[in-house]
Parts: sequence; structure tokens; C-alpha cells
Amino acid sequence: MSGPSTYNPKSGLEKWIDQRLPLPRLLHDTVHTFPTPRNLNIWYTFGGILTFCLGVQILTGIVLAMHYVANAGLAFNSVESIMRDVNYGWLIRYIHANGASMFFLAVYIHMFRGLYYGSYKAPRELIWILGVLIYLLMMATAFFGYVLPWGQMSFWGATVITNLFSAIPVIGGHIATWLWGDFAVGDATLNRFFSLHYLLPFIIAGVVGLHIWALHVPGNNNPLGIDVKSPQDTVPFHPYYTVKDAFYLCLFVLFFAAFVFYSPDFFGNPDNYIPANPLVTPPDIVPEWYLLPYYAMLRSIPDKLMGVIVMGGAIVTLFLIPWLDTSRVRSCRFRPLMKQFFWGFVVACVLLGYCGAQSVDAVKFGVPMVWVARIASIYYYAFFWLILPIVGLIETPKKLPASIAQSVLGDSAAAAAE
Amino acid sequence: MRKVLPLALLAGLLASTSAFAAEDTARRPVKDVTFSFEGPFGTYDRAALQRGFQVYKEVCATCHGLDHVAFHALNEEGGPGFSEAQAKAIAAGYKIPAEPNDKGELFNDQGVRLTRPGILADAFPNPFPNEQAARAGNGGKLPPDLSMITKARMGGAKYVYSILTGFHEQKPADFEVPEGAYFNPYFEGWAIGMPNTALGANAVTYSDGTKATIEQEAHDVSTFLEWAGEPKMEQRKSMGLSVLIFLVVLSGILFAAYRKIWKDAH
Amino acid sequence: MTATTHDAGTRRDFLYVASGAVGAVGAAAALWPFIDQMNPSAAALALATIEADVAAIQPGQQVVLKWRGHPLFVRRRTETEISEAKSVDVSTLPDPLAFNHNLPDNAPATDANRAIKPELLVLIGVCTHLGCTPTVATPTAPQGEYGGWLCHCHGSQYDTSGRIRKGPAPRNLEVPPYSFLSDTRIKVG
Repeated sequence: MSGPSTYNPKSGLEKWIDQRLPLPRLLHDTVHTFPTPRNLNIWYTFGGILTFCLGVQILTGIVLAMHYVANAGLAFNSVESIMRDVNYGWLIRYIHANGASMFFLAVYIHMFRGLYYGSYKAPRELIWILGVLIYLLMMATAFFGYVLPWGQMSFWGATVITNLFSAIPVIGGHIATWLWGDFAVGDATLNRFFSLHYLLPFIIAGVVGLHIWALHVPGNNNPLGIDVKSPQDTVPFHPYYTVKDAFYLCLFVLFFAAFVFYSPDFFGNPDNYIPANPLVTPPDIVPEWYLLPYYAMLRSIPDKLMGVIVMGGAIVTLFLIPWLDTSRVRSCRFRPLMKQFFWGFVVACVLLGYCGAQSVDAVKFGVPMVWVARIASIYYYAFFWLILPIVGLIETPKKLPASIAQSVLGDSAAAAAE
Repeated sequence: MRKVLPLALLAGLLASTSAFAAEDTARRPVKDVTFSFEGPFGTYDRAALQRGFQVYKEVCATCHGLDHVAFHALNEEGGPGFSEAQAKAIAAGYKIPAEPNDKGELFNDQGVRLTRPGILADAFPNPFPNEQAARAGNGGKLPPDLSMITKARMGGAKYVYSILTGFHEQKPADFEVPEGAYFNPYFEGWAIGMPNTALGANAVTYSDGTKATIEQEAHDVSTFLEWAGEPKMEQRKSMGLSVLIFLVVLSGILFAAYRKIWKDAH
Repeated sequence: MTATTHDAGTRRDFLYVASGAVGAVGAAAALWPFIDQMNPSAAALALATIEADVAAIQPGQQVVLKWRGHPLFVRRRTETEISEAKSVDVSTLPDPLAFNHNLPDNAPATDANRAIKPELLVLIGVCTHLGCTPTVATPTAPQGEYGGWLCHCHGSQYDTSGRIRKGPAPRNLEVPPYSFLSDTRIKVG
């Protein structure tokens, strides 16, 4: 995709294809000879893991759609018949349901890794922006998907989230009605959500293609955050990273399988095994764990419109990170101050997630959770809008190694920069 | 986390009471009872499933449906282990609302719904024709369907067991039980619509000679309901074991390959 | 040194082959649930065998049941219909085989081989031409020349034993696997 191709078709057939559709050339250059920094660590294997997750969700999703009925009167029963009567239906549904959680777990690790090593900085801004777009599409897809089993949490989650739009002044109510196709979440809503839930993964796959394409122009960032300077700094993607990715993917699948087979309802909510009832709201409406931090932000603001703005702004902010960071150095390995703020940000996100899972008026260890959520939300914003620009200007980074090769292979002093 | 109460009245009651009251009457932790199906290698106790089925059939089924469980599941692998003939006989013992007869009728001359004996493909018929009838027959409260009751409540089978054996705990003097409800501290809000006489000792006579104490009956029916909610559990666990072993082996080989290939690179 | 390099190469090749082979086995095993999910579900299989009471069917009358998604003809034949069916010379039939799932594949299409009890004919009501449902002959509305069934799609005519006599259908009407649970109750499938 970038630089001169090293593909050398051997047989006549390969030459024939290459002149007409250079797909083998593309594959050769992207997954075979692609020069990859030799110092990528475990956190860089999550790109491959995420591709696997997307594939699994699409495959199991297509199968589930063969048996699922998108009708308010039949949806819940059809899911139960998948669990009970369809051959291996229970397995496929458990993979799909837990797969969503695994997908988000992997995407969060992938994003935190990008933040820590400064992978969003020039010339990789578009990779990051496409990544945030994928994340946003994933949240939409997950939300639509969670509605489909038509249990209590499906129904009330859909009601609460779609009502967020009603916070928009003047036209909000009309937008909500338009989303529902009725005057509340109902059969019309379920049908359109099913349609969109089926569509969006393919759009995600398309954006993933762009994300990878954009990655292959500048090549991978790396834990040192310094540019590749010579061929010595890199190894060919295959076999070095195919085998490394395969090994860590296998460990990830092991972790995934442990949930699917031994605790399949771990990430689920018991209320979703009760059919949707528009007349009875469950005492606590909790979104899936991966949306909890945003949910906590939303609830920590007493004003409806402000809550929605704060929550939406938290996601919009992510798009702007490449321009909010003023540091010349990419990797937090060489940014002693930023490293601490980074871990503070991780803690803030976890705290927000924790607060999002509690009831609104919860008090833990004598502290009202809503105040914890407020402080964590402030930190979230401050991290991007204050810390990232200011620390970049005032911080004195550690000395960068001369090259990746020197750091990895050369004198051990450089390697100790860790 | 507090759980939903599908009883409209009680939910309304909770919503209208203050947060203080809701906290005060939060349900007690489930009783610490053990079941054979717990743990990664746990399986259902067939005898307990069969006894539990008897309790469901002779006691619970008066008010509670089992809408998602089909009779054919009774003789499927990993279930109570009834033979096909037994499952057929059980099905035939239930009256299923009949399809229109040759004249297109659904009701007889007296206006009674026509029925036919159940077959393996049928699910357990609900004791009430619809939700309104169920409420009308239970003082406005809806007895929940039990197909997924252990999945739909925090605590699962232990919760069901605790509720069934929890009626006779000492009621705090200052707790007022609303009319038409019964004291049960394992239920959110402590006031449950299910009568405290619903399951008594010797409510059933076990053919295998097991003594039918309340605890025994509750334990058996909780086992049965766990199976009703998760009939593929045994398949899931046994397949899981092979999958995990396979993945460990594959990880080992991949790790060796990874080490081997990277050895030259450092 | 050369020896170790050679060994290392062999070991590396072995690990490649091993991971590839084990991975392939895993992928193949993982594929099966995705294939098998399209087979009939437990709910469909529970309906694959049906039981029916045939006592009320009068001679000359046919009732149509539904079995595995197809019409199932259960016809109580009159004495005339039976003797008519018996009098046919099997060698003159377009399809000389019984097509009866309760008998070996090569059983000849004698009337005796078409029904367990001569008076009760149980047939799958699917024309062996292109799958339409044939219409049964009654005294007031005869269907075709042979007193059995006529398929209106392309004019295949069946006799009182459900055997093809005229028209494009290549085979006799199929006899499903069935048995008598009692004198008046049959089990199909």
C-alpha cells in the first residue's frame, strides 16, 4: 500500500492475475513483507484480535438472524427457541452476546494503548479518527443489538437512550418520535433497530479497511514512539507478527471461551430474561458495562440537556486528541509527567464505569457516588482539554533512543529507557 | 443490585415509597445452599430433576406457567432423563387449547375452550389463558412464568430456594405487611404476593421414598427450574472443557513457534 | 554450528506444520455448529412424528393431515377400489416399484405392497412430478380415469392405490414410514 511493492509473481498464473487484479500483491505487501517495527509489545496484538472479534460477531450474527424474529410479540420467544431448540443455538448466541463484551474490552485496551504511546500524533491522525469512528459505530451497533432480545433491559435501555434525543431543544421530541416510529419504543422501533444492527457491522468492516489502509501508509507506531529510520528497525510482518498475533489471539480466545462456556451470563443482566413490559420499569436501568462511563457522566449532571451535551462531548473530544496534544514526543515512556496523568485518566474511566453501575443515590464508603462521577467527569475533560495541551508544553521529556534497533538490540542502557 | 418485580402492584408500591424504605426492606442475601449443578463440572441430579418436576407439576403449575419449556425437552440429553414414552405420557396428561375443529369451532356449546391432549412438540400450557385472567385469579398480581426464573433473578436457584423456604422467618415488629401480601424477607420489599401456604411439607408424595420436607421440595424444584432455564448446561460445560483443552494445546504450540521465530530477531 | 542451524530449521518447520494442523482441526470443529444450526431444530424434529386417530374416516373418504410440512393423504378405500387396484398387472405400470418406506426399495408395486392394511391407504400428498398436491376423486367429482387422484398442475393421474398411471409424473405417490399403534391409531414418521 505504501512504498515500492516487493511482490514478485512467480508462476505464469500469478503474473496473469497480478496484471488484472493485483490482490495477491496487496496481500503480499500488507500482511507478508510489510516492514513492522521490531519492538511492538503485547498491547499491539489487539488490532488483530479486534479484526477477529468483528469477524466472529458478523458470522454469529448472520446465523442468529436466520432464527431471530424482529417482532415485538415474537422476538423474546424466538431468542428462547434459539437457546433451546436450534442446533447449537445456545452456543452461537452465547458467543455473540459475550463477543460484544470481548470486542469492547479489546477496543478499550487498543485505545488506551494508542493514547499511551501517542499513536494518534502526526502522521497518524486519520488512523486515530477512523478508529474513534469505528468505536462510535460499535457503540451504536451494540446498543441496537442489546434491544433485540426484547427483554426488560432491552426495552427500557432503548427507552432511556432514545429519550436522550428529546433533550435537544425544539426538535428533540420530534426526533425521538421519528426514531421510534411510534409514540414510544415499540414494534416499529424493534424492526428498524434490527435492520440497522444488521447493517452497521458491514459499515464498521468498511471503516476498518480504511483504518488499516491508513495504518499502512506511515506504518505502525511503536512503544518508543520514534520513527523507523532504517530497515534494521523493522522485521517483516510475516512470520514475526503473524505468529505473535496468533499466539496472543489464542490466549484471548481462551479467555473469551471461559466466559462463553462457564459464565455465559456474566456480562448480562437478569432483567433481560424477563420479557419487555412497557408498563413496568425495572428499579435500576443499567446499560452494558462498556457504556457505563458515559452513563455515569450523563447521570452526574442534574440538567437533562447539559447531561446529554457532556456525554456527547466526551466522545466528540476523542476526535480532537491529535490536535490537543502539544508534545513533540509520542510515547509516554519518555514523558514522566504525562505518564502519571495517563494512569490517572485510566482510573477516572474505571471510576466512571463503577459509578455508572450503581444506583443514582448510591453512597459507597461514605461517599455519594454521584460526586465521584462528577469529579471523574471533570478529570476526563481536563485530561484532554488542559493536561494534554499544557503538559506537552511544560514537560521535559527523557532522552529518546537513537533508533529502535539500538534500543532493542544495541547497548543495554538504551533498552533500560523502559 | 435490586431486581425487578414483575408484580405491577408491588413495583408501583416501591416506586412510590422513599429510597429509605426501599433500602430498609432490601431483600436478604440468598441462603447458602448447594446444588449439584454448580461449578465447572457440575451436572444436574436426575432424580432431583424428576422430583422437582413433580413439585412443579403438582404445586407450582397451579399458578405459574412454564411457557418456554417444550415436552420434548423432558427426554433430551442433559435433562430429567424421562424416556420418550414417559415424556409422551406427561404431554398427553396436559390439555392444550385445540386448533379449530372441522366446523371451525374453538369453543363447545357451553362456551368452554376445546382442548386436545398435549404432544411432544407442545410447550407446557399456561394455567391461565392470558395475563388478565392470571391477575384476576391472584388478587391483581401476576405469577411470573418460571421458564427462566433462575436466570431472571439475582441469586438464581438459590433465590428460588430462599423464597420457597423463607416464609416462616421472624417478621420485624415494625414491618407492616400490606393486605393480600405475605412476609418473605428474601423478596425485594419483603412483601410477596405468593401465599405462604403455596408450598408446604408433604405437598407431594415422592415415589422414590424421599421425605417431602419443605426444604427437600424447594431444593428439588429449584434444581428443576434451573434446568428449565438452561437445558443445555451440561452440553455447554462438557464442550467447554474440550474447547479449553484444545486452546491450551494450541497456545502451547503457538508459544513455541513464537519463541522460535523471535529467537533470531533479538 | 551448521548442525544446530539445521536442527533449528527442522524444529521451526515442525512448529509451523503443527500450529497449522492443530489450528485447522480447531477451525473445522468450530465450523460444525455453524453448519448444523441450519438443520431442522428440536422443535421441528418433535413434529417429525405424528399420531392420528383414523377411526372416524368413512369408506371412500379421505382426510388430509399435515406431516413434515407436506399434506398426508389418509384414505379409507371401498371394497371396489381395493379390488380395482388389485386387478392391475404390475408389469404394465409406468413405475413398477412400490415406493413404500416400510418395504425394501425393490418391492414391486402390487397393491398389497402399497398399504399395511388394504382398507387404509396412507400416502404423502405430493405429486412426484413437480410437487403439487393432487386432488382426490369422489363419486360426484371423479378425477382422471383411474379413480384415484389427479394432479391439476400437469395432469398426472393416479389410481386407487396411488400409483401413477398417466401423465408426466415418474413415480407412484410415496408411502411414508408408518405403523399402527392400535386398530384405529396410526403413527407416521
